[in-house]
Amino acid sequence: MTKPAAIELDDLTIAYGGTPVVHGVSLSIPEGESFALVGESGSGKSTILRAITGLAPEWTGGMSVLGKPRGHGPDRALARTCQMVFQDPFGSLHPRKSVDTCLAEPLAIHGISGRDARVKDMLAAVGLDQRFRFRFPHQLSGGQRQRVAIARALMLEPKILLLDEPTSALDVSVQAEILNLLKKLRREQGLTYLLVTHNLPVVAFLCDRMAVMRHGRIVEIADVSALKSGTLSEPYSRELYAASGGLPQHA
Amino acid sequence: MSGLRAWLIDDSPASRLQANLGRAYRIWAALLRNPLAVVGGLIIAALIIMAIFAPVIAPYSPIGQDLDNRLVPPSAAHWMGTDELGRDIYSRVVYGARITLLIVTMVAVISAPLGLVIGAVSGYFGGWTDRVLMGVTDIFLSMPKLILALAFVAALGPGIENAIIAIAITAWPAYARIARAETITFRDSEFIAAVRLQGASATRVILNHVLPLCASSTIVRVTLDMAGIILTAAGLGFLGLGAQPPLPEWGAMISRGRNFILDQWWVATMPGFAIILVSLGFCFLGDGLRDVLDPKHGDRQ
Amino acid sequence: MSANLLEIENLTVTFPTPRGPVDVVRGISFTLGRERLGIVGESGSGKSMTGRAILRLIRRPGRVTAKRMLFDGIDLTAQTERQMRALRGARISMVMQDPKYSLNPVMTVGEQIGEALRTHAKLPRRDLDARVRAMLEAVRINDPDRVAKLYPHQISGGMGQRVMIAMMLIPEPDLLIADEPTSALDVSVQAQVLDIIDELVTGKGMGLILISHDLNLVSRYCDRILVMNSGEIVEECAAGKLAEATHPYTRGLLAAMPRMDEDRAELPVLDRSAWASGART
Repeated sequence: MTKPAAIELDDLTIAYGGTPVVHGVSLSIPEGESFALVGESGSGKSTILRAITGLAPEWTGGMSVLGKPRGHGPDRALARTCQMVFQDPFGSLHPRKSVDTCLAEPLAIHGISGRDARVKDMLAAVGLDQRFRFRFPHQLSGGQRQRVAIARALMLEPKILLLDEPTSALDVSVQAEILNLLKKLRREQGLTYLLVTHNLPVVAFLCDRMAVMRHGRIVEIADVSALKSGTLSEPYSRELYAASGGLPQHA
Repeated sequence: MSGLRAWLIDDSPASRLQANLGRAYRIWAALLRNPLAVVGGLIIAALIIMAIFAPVIAPYSPIGQDLDNRLVPPSAAHWMGTDELGRDIYSRVVYGARITLLIVTMVAVISAPLGLVIGAVSGYFGGWTDRVLMGVTDIFLSMPKLILALAFVAALGPGIENAIIAIAITAWPAYARIARAETITFRDSEFIAAVRLQGASATRVILNHVLPLCASSTIVRVTLDMAGIILTAAGLGFLGLGAQPPLPEWGAMISRGRNFILDQWWVATMPGFAIILVSLGFCFLGDGLRDVLDPKHGDRQ
Repeated sequence: MSANLLEIENLTVTFPTPRGPVDVVRGISFTLGRERLGIVGESGSGKSMTGRAILRLIRRPGRVTAKRMLFDGIDLTAQTERQMRALRGARISMVMQDPKYSLNPVMTVGEQIGEALRTHAKLPRRDLDARVRAMLEAVRINDPDRVAKLYPHQISGGMGQRVMIAMMLIPEPDLLIADEPTSALDVSVQAQVLDIIDELVTGKGMGLILISHDLNLVSRYCDRILVMNSGEIVEECAAGKLAEATHPYTRGLLAAMPRMDEDRAELPVLDRSAWASGART
């Protein structure tokens, strides 16, 4: 009796305003895995994340999360299993809400008690000092905002985190801290990650498997060891690898 | 005092209360740095004080007639002169402040929230909801304010309450448009997506997340509109459709002073000055608020 | 006759804040010949401000002071705004990060490039068009006649950036400042754009200042590198010798970047107390 996959996509086609942007994507991500969707802009990788969460409702095909088929819109029940961390730390926090309000809100929506303690614990878990608790977003740096975004995503104790380019807007030194945090949280809570990025070295650090996407289609699915050793098979994957500064190596 | 100030602008507030008070303080301090805004604020404050303490400030009764002293020019005994029934104009202007304040406040209280909610709902949902609501808004927007108010008052009869309702009905469409435009700019933003992903209902998103962001521009617009509202109310009063005699409504006072404008200019002009001054005050204050609350000037609050 | 294209000594850029004046660039000095210089730093390091200060693009309330700021012998601090306008574009040009924001959306590509040339040279219409065409070919845009009639929103990001380069290089300046020219572009297009910049700059014997947050990129396309942190230059080295950098900030930055063949369990995090450059959590 096998466990259901954390995320299962079967011939998924997603459209925006009638125009298909993702074509026939099939993926199966087991629980506990860290999976990367890699590609350039327009490859459709972020669109897949949006479809899973229900923010991009125009899709056909099969989609299930932890064995339960997904509907086309956001879902209260899904909120407790799957959450998302967005790319832009400046845009993903409400400008008029303090960190405390931001973190307490998901608990209020689902009627979970003990908010004070949970907010405090979560701040500590993402490495933010308590003195940041009542600050507003404009009083925080990019790295701090992203920590708040991660904390917010984890407040409902989901098993799956969707990460849309979580460190692309951050400086290198801050990126390292956030990547370490993500790795630690995954280890401590047994989370499943679906990471979207165009940055291959980040994938090498954080992920187990990856899919390369181009123009809405999957070009290759490979183990990250293939990336690390420079032995990706498809020509487009090798192009991306080379453009990202990878030194060519032969299989 | 400096201890309190330091507590308010502390970078790391220790409680929700401290954080919110700190924000309010910063807005207040920024407003004080703008001299025109301060002038506007003082004028409005004077209006409010005059309205509250009218019985204490006004030397005479606003409706007491003194036919021996009809049409007396401004003098030491009557600072603004008397009108055709011998009533002291200054006292009438002071008591008239109550009526002006009442009209302006009631119109704002009725039309602003109505416009805000309609605009936010329309902008957030888009699609047919948007089209229907904006269609209704457009219908009201395309009606000339004064004429609609006239029609309304004509249907319901003259009086302050009906004047207030009439003006409010024509004022809300502008706020709906503003709220809708603002909502559209951030409805697809990530922080709204994030709260929807947490399972928030549309009501919660609109009330807790959309409205607070639309509030600033609405506050600014309402303040700037106050001048127009005062003038519209004065216009209705001028036409005899607002406050009825002997209430000392400024517009009605101007209307009656029309007959004497050449020889006894003060009867019409004094209430006119009052209207100008208060409108100016609201404009200055509104401009100052816009400079302070406008997100493009940085969310320094 | 100075061999140096640019000589900067003790350049400081100050901005007033509610908390008192803040120096975003603190007394930096460097020289530039007809070579490719990379300025690397994270956000807030002052690298972009340095580029803008050279072009005197920083307006009040920002203040720029320098002991010396010489461009080909001309004292940049002493120039009037009118004189600076004659320099900008004609002798010093700047390519910025995002063509979405730096190109005029209501003018066609050809018109904008033509305007850049017309500002500094009086040419008859036909010669102008020929020069624009030649420039579009030089930035490797196929079908230049068709592209010249397009509006900025009709072209891709990579093409937009190439148009920007064409615009900035058509008056044949001596110095090009490129401020994060590829940060808004896809990885595969980045190399193309940088190759074009490289080709044009070395072909015409120009000086290049490449400002970026990407150490690897800068080491691939420059001869010398300056590393900036909190407004100061903390390291200066030849591009090839980056691995032998000595300053703890540079070494920390190099170590903190994930590698393609990553095998570390944790990325080393910058220990900012090593050079006490101010608190930034």
